[in-house]
Amino acid sequence: MKTKLFSYNYENTPIHNLSGLIKFICFLLLTFATMYTYDIRVILGMLVFSLIILRISKIKFSQIKVMLIYVLIFILINAIFTFFFAPEHGTTLYNTRNPIMKLWGNFELTQEQLLYQVTLAFKYLSVVPLGIIFLLTTNPSEFASSVTAVGVPYKASFAISLTLRYFPDILRVYNDISQAQQARGLEMSGKAKMKERVKNSLMIIIPLIFSTLERIEVVTNAMDLRGFGKEKRRTWYCVQKLRPADYYALAVSIVAVLIVASVAYFLNHGRYFNPFI
Amino acid sequence: MVPQQTPIIDFDHFTFQYYSQAEPTLRDINLKIYAGEKILIVGPSGSGKSTLGHCLNGLIPFYYKGNLEGSLKINGTETRDLDIFKLSKIIGTVLQDSDGQFVGLTVGEDIAFAMENDCVPQAEMHDRVDRVAKMVDIAHVKNLSPYELSGGQKQRTALAGVLIDDVDILLFDEPLANLDPATGKTAIEIIDDIHKQMGKTIIIIEHRLEDVLHRDVDRVIVINDGCIIADMSAHDLVSSDVLKENGIREPLYVTALKYANIHVTPQMKPGHIWSLDTNAVNEALRSWNRSVKTPLEAPPRPPLLTIDHLSFSYDGVRPTLSDINFEIREGEMVSIVGKNGAGKSTLAKLMCGFEKVDKGAILYKGQDIHKQSIKERAEFIGFVMQNPNQMISKNLIFDEVALGLRLRGVNEEEIKDRVEKVLDICGLSPFIEWPISALSYGQKKRVTIASILVLRPNILILDEPTAGQDYRHYSEIMEFLRQINETGVSIILITHDMHLMLEYTPRAIVLSEGQQIADTLASVVLTDPQTIAAANLKETSLYHLAQLAGIPDGTQFVQHFIDYERVAGQ
Repeated sequence: MKTKLFSYNYENTPIHNLSGLIKFICFLLLTFATMYTYDIRVILGMLVFSLIILRISKIKFSQIKVMLIYVLIFILINAIFTFFFAPEHGTTLYNTRNPIMKLWGNFELTQEQLLYQVTLAFKYLSVVPLGIIFLLTTNPSEFASSVTAVGVPYKASFAISLTLRYFPDILRVYNDISQAQQARGLEMSGKAKMKERVKNSLMIIIPLIFSTLERIEVVTNAMDLRGFGKEKRRTWYCVQKLRPADYYALAVSIVAVLIVASVAYFLNHGRYFNPFI
Repeated sequence: MVPQQTPIIDFDHFTFQYYSQAEPTLRDINLKIYAGEKILIVGPSGSGKSTLGHCLNGLIPFYYKGNLEGSLKINGTETRDLDIFKLSKIIGTVLQDSDGQFVGLTVGEDIAFAMENDCVPQAEMHDRVDRVAKMVDIAHVKNLSPYELSGGQKQRTALAGVLIDDVDILLFDEPLANLDPATGKTAIEIIDDIHKQMGKTIIIIEHRLEDVLHRDVDRVIVINDGCIIADMSAHDLVSSDVLKENGIREPLYVTALKYANIHVTPQMKPGHIWSLDTNAVNEALRSWNRSVKTPLEAPPRPPLLTIDHLSFSYDGVRPTLSDINFEIREGEMVSIVGKNGAGKSTLAKLMCGFEKVDKGAILYKGQDIHKQSIKERAEFIGFVMQNPNQMISKNLIFDEVALGLRLRGVNEEEIKDRVEKVLDICGLSPFIEWPISALSYGQKKRVTIASILVLRPNILILDEPTAGQDYRHYSEIMEFLRQINETGVSIILITHDMHLMLEYTPRAIVLSEGQQIADTLASVVLTDPQTIAAANLKETSLYHLAQLAGIPDGTQFVQHFIDYERVAGQ
């Protein structure tokens, strides 16, 4: 079904079976490692690693296609802006200047800038699969309990997990409303002018907000009646006990961080890999 | 039940007024309920029965604020000295919308929710969940998502979620509102089993009297205008005029007895169809049955809409609809019935062009309409969603109804003319300058119907137009649709409502798992066991009445009831 596009679905894979808390910590560790290093070799290694995990967790391409397109567009726009705002950033970083070709005006493409931007793009590209894996393989309730375990107030994490859970519902209601309004003559395609389309989308969003509010009132009543928010803390029914696999996963992530750190410390003497000297 | 010395619930000159209201919603309520009793509270919408429930479970004054006077004691303690959390340990509430109240992602987690909030250790939670799940017979679905369950299992899950606290009192707030007839019947049976096995005090707030009386209750309390009107046994209530005077529908079999000119007395035990004793009146029923004349059938009008060998699938693998064939004639009023997921809504979407037909065709006046856009089809097929709040996007009634015309670029003068005419038909002219937020639910429903009618469609499709409505609003909406129908508009109703089928649509189309399993008279659909099971309906009590009276052709008896009512109604 369409509404199952971007939501948690249980599959029996080693990744799904990991505890939510461990998955969250591993996600943070690996993301930190990837964001820290500017060594293209390490980053490519990370990318390959996260693609393997993606494969193991049996996430289908169709599930993440839309998301991926947005990410690619983001990376592209980001790259263009980075180049226009700081075309010489690479040369200051690496302290050398090897021009490749003259573009226009004062803009010149250098090997340093190219390396820097390619590194940056791959950095984003290898973090995204990690996020996708975490979101799509973690039961929203376990997500809430694991975020709470690292210090977020449980009311906040519960709100996030409820939002994640109701998102597909809201999407469905949006579609229903949109269709009914189109039947009344609403034009949502490219045929309408931009100003018209913004005005028209209000005709869908206003009813959507009101019906969502109705829904929220029902859920909050149900939660109040069953004692939500009574105590400063709460326990969780579906927190898993840690299993050997959880420790292995944690160990792998820590090793990954250590590798990144040692490459930086011993090989590169810093965050950047500099092949130009 | 033998009344004990101290009541478990004791209203004493209790009055409640919401801060937002000018008048009290509950006035001088005096009511005692004893431990182990099973009480049904009935009343029309706005009577104050839900407010009474909120006072019991603590949503008033915890969530909805207002002014309390008099006394309400539960287990001997004034409720104003308790809070919603303490009350929730004494009274467990099952809300009407079982879909909306699930907070857990699995059945087990949802049952455990109250314990999580009490900081119960995990191992104990699992133990207690297992025990309660076994008790209400859902242990085998413990790891499924609540949304994957059948209607009956959802009810059991919601019940388990409150039973986990070992409460003394169970409060059911309109448990039948969103259920199809078969699931509603199961829900009443589950509640009754819990009452019998565990001896809990049960309070059911509902307006669908006959459906609750499928099983025994100790007392029925009638509320209207914030006051208690009656407090009596089901037999006494059904024999009295209280139901009629307070806008509550009497059981259908009682209506049939009255049509046959039979005086209904408490001695006949008419509170439940299974307790009804008709021995003294069988002859009267049989002779009435013989006397009803079948009206002459009008010659068939030409077909307006033809569904021709239509098939459709969302994913290209699993068919959602396969080989559907029927015709909608000019000026007809037809029901489409079937379980949730049988394909009813999909069929409506295909007719409106929201989805594209895979195989077969939809013909309007003989022309295939597959090339026509949603907007073009809206000129002859109008679609009204179930929840009016999902359609309304303007502040003023006039603007809301005019919307479809303005989007089509009709000039303001003509818009004014057409909107005024439609509002007049819909009985909304007095409110033309009103903000929509000031209208009742039923009036909002009319606004949405008006906003579709203004486009002058020949066919109107309505999704569950009467869901959750009490008898008065039901009659209002349906009589209004009948008037629209009499102006020549064909009406298709997607519904679970068996009264609606009996009283308003002579013909019903039944879908089951994407197949069309019947296209026949409503009286046949409601008396054929196979169709009833496939569509999650239940046998109408009229059929049982026919059996009791020794009338062999029950289906014909039901048809006679429909025919009689149609003549009597005009």
